[in-house]
Amino acid sequence: MTDIWAGLTSAFWLIVTLDPDLVEITLRSLQVSLTALIIACCIALPFGTWLAVRRFRYRRATIAVLNALMGLPPVVVGLIVYLMLSRSGPFGVLGLLFTPTAMIIAQVIIITPLIASITHQAMRELWAEYHDLLISLNTPKHQRIKTLLWDGRRTLLTAALAGFGRAIGEVGAIMVVGGNIDHATRVLTTAIALETGKGDFALALGLGFVLIALALVVNFAIHALSRTEREGTW
Amino acid sequence: MVSGPMIATLKEAVVRRRGRIILGPVDLTLPGEGFTLVLGPNGAGKTTLLKVLHGVERLSEGSATWSLPGPEAQAAQAYVFQTPIMLRRSVAQNLAYPLELVRTPRAEIETRVVEWAARIGLSDALDRPAPRLSGGEKQKLALARALIRRPRVLFLDEPCANLDGRSTREIEALLHAAHTSGTRIIMTTHNLGQARRLATDLILLLNGKVHDQGPAPVFYAQPNTPETKAFLQGDIVE
Repeated sequence: MTDIWAGLTSAFWLIVTLDPDLVEITLRSLQVSLTALIIACCIALPFGTWLAVRRFRYRRATIAVLNALMGLPPVVVGLIVYLMLSRSGPFGVLGLLFTPTAMIIAQVIIITPLIASITHQAMRELWAEYHDLLISLNTPKHQRIKTLLWDGRRTLLTAALAGFGRAIGEVGAIMVVGGNIDHATRVLTTAIALETGKGDFALALGLGFVLIALALVVNFAIHALSRTEREGTW
Repeated sequence: MVSGPMIATLKEAVVRRRGRIILGPVDLTLPGEGFTLVLGPNGAGKTTLLKVLHGVERLSEGSATWSLPGPEAQAAQAYVFQTPIMLRRSVAQNLAYPLELVRTPRAEIETRVVEWAARIGLSDALDRPAPRLSGGEKQKLALARALIRRPRVLFLDEPCANLDGRSTREIEALLHAAHTSGTRIIMTTHNLGQARRLATDLILLLNGKVHDQGPAPVFYAQPNTPETKAFLQGDIVE
């Protein structure tokens, strides 16, 4: 109990004094996860919608694989990205290992299947509703996808937030490919893991509370911006 | 754009689903003008016939052709479904959608949207979400959305099912106006009164086949078959 109390006090002081290290790693956490989220959304939203609209031979298999990929173990993703980016790997020349870029790549791989799968579920229902009308209006394929994405934007927000949640709280992959280097690749989750390992539970807890607060703030901000739950039920 | 009448021809058209014949074989020629009503009990194949003509239902056998080349014929048609499909957007955006698809200039879209909203009595509701309209308003909006591209052929699948008298009258007025301005209308209905009010010619479908057809006065005055006669008298025909 003392630990939790100490953690709360520690978190309070860290935030009130705007501890420069805390600000730095918080911003890096945000930078890495938000960039990964944007890239993943650019891939996953159109792809998930396309899966809902298109009928092709291996569609069921593709969806099954996608759903299975939702459970990708981050550490394994980290390991594979590590091998790809390491000096002896195929992309070693790019010198990306132990940089925020490497962390972004790993997180994109982790959250893209999750976002695509949720998108597909949501778009399948909307497509069932719109199908007859869009076919009757003779809409081209890309228009169908565009219409579904636009009209289903609120459900897609849930998909994006789920992806963000997974990215911001993820530690396995970014630890492996980022290396938790101070002032370079240290983010909130890896810092918590480190402080816990060192036995500095107060600081670890403080960072943990900051992480939770960050997730809440981002969620609220996105909801406020997109005005969900205010007008209409969609 | 206007290039000859749009005549539909069905030859030996059959639609099968899971081995069962839903429609056909149907041989049918629909002239380029008129207000055709398709009558028949549930499951007679009315909707399927409309969808075949509209080109959204695949034929198992036979052919369905228009006197215009494929894409041109497609672009000149519109379809109103039995349960109106509302895009999850505002009324104005619903009306604008078909025009945006064919890249109509912004200014023209706006004038036509305002014009049609006035015609269906939804001028005050332009910014309301379309899925929240009442049943009658939804169907009127669906009809306006179908007519806004000025189609040459309009299909309607029981547009007045589940609507009350006033909404039905408003929709019939819109249909009558569209017909007068030269739109070819093909519509299904269960409502014999509606058929008498609107049709210039009728088709009676029974068990997937064209049982009887003819211009309105003849169809009513001299029914060709006992089933037609019974149907027109309001008896239950199966």
